[in-house]
Amino acid sequence: MHIQLTRDLQGRIFGQMEGTYPNEGGGFLLGESVGDQITIRDITQVENVFEAAEQYHRYAMTPLDWARLEDEADAKGLILVGYYHSHPDSPAIPSIYDRDHALPNFVYIITSVIDSQAVEMRVWRLRADRSQFDESALVIHE
Amino acid sequence: MPSIKIPTPLRAYTDNQAQVVVNGDTVGAALRDLVTRYPDLKPHLFNGDEPRSFVNIFVGDEDVRFLQGLDTEVQNDSPLRIIPSIAGGR
Repeated sequence: MHIQLTRDLQGRIFGQMEGTYPNEGGGFLLGESVGDQITIRDITQVENVFEAAEQYHRYAMTPLDWARLEDEADAKGLILVGYYHSHPDSPAIPSIYDRDHALPNFVYIITSVIDSQAVEMRVWRLRADRSQFDESALVIHE
Repeated sequence: MPSIKIPTPLRAYTDNQAQVVVNGDTVGAALRDLVTRYPDLKPHLFNGDEPRSFVNIFVGDEDVRFLQGLDTEVQNDSPLRIIPSIAGGR
């Protein structure tokens, strides 16, 4: 599985995740899926609604945010292909907490932000049996 | 019969259908009918016989947790929706 992302969109994600530091931030990935390739066409930042004191290591959005963005994607002919969030001062590797909340057939982009600088982006997908994440190839293009 | 909107990542298990019409006069009966028709959905929606805590079931704009849960009655034209909890953390 290859995930295609433009340098511009990657820069927007990095900027957003640096902006929410030292707290976690996140949002949705909209795009298209053809064969073993997912192309991300747009991103939408979504407010972190986890209780404020825990936002340094937790991110959540409301169910109605999901419903609204999914309806918009369906109307545009795009697909809600995944979501992105940050791990402040921590590696871009999914946690058990991430796995418990994850679904298969969905792209999970994690950005590591160290000392307010986005330093690494990695992409993961959950196995259908929910046992673990596998890393996907991220292709950045102009 | 009520219909259930399926979240995008789980449409792979419903023959890519976004809406599935089901039988059932309660939320629980409708969900059980759904996973009987599409068994691969079950591990992502249920933990045993209980819905996974990371899955939200809405009737219209109402979370059934704030109604009568799985016993919430549904009408023939009730719009049901499955919405995953999106959350993460290091």
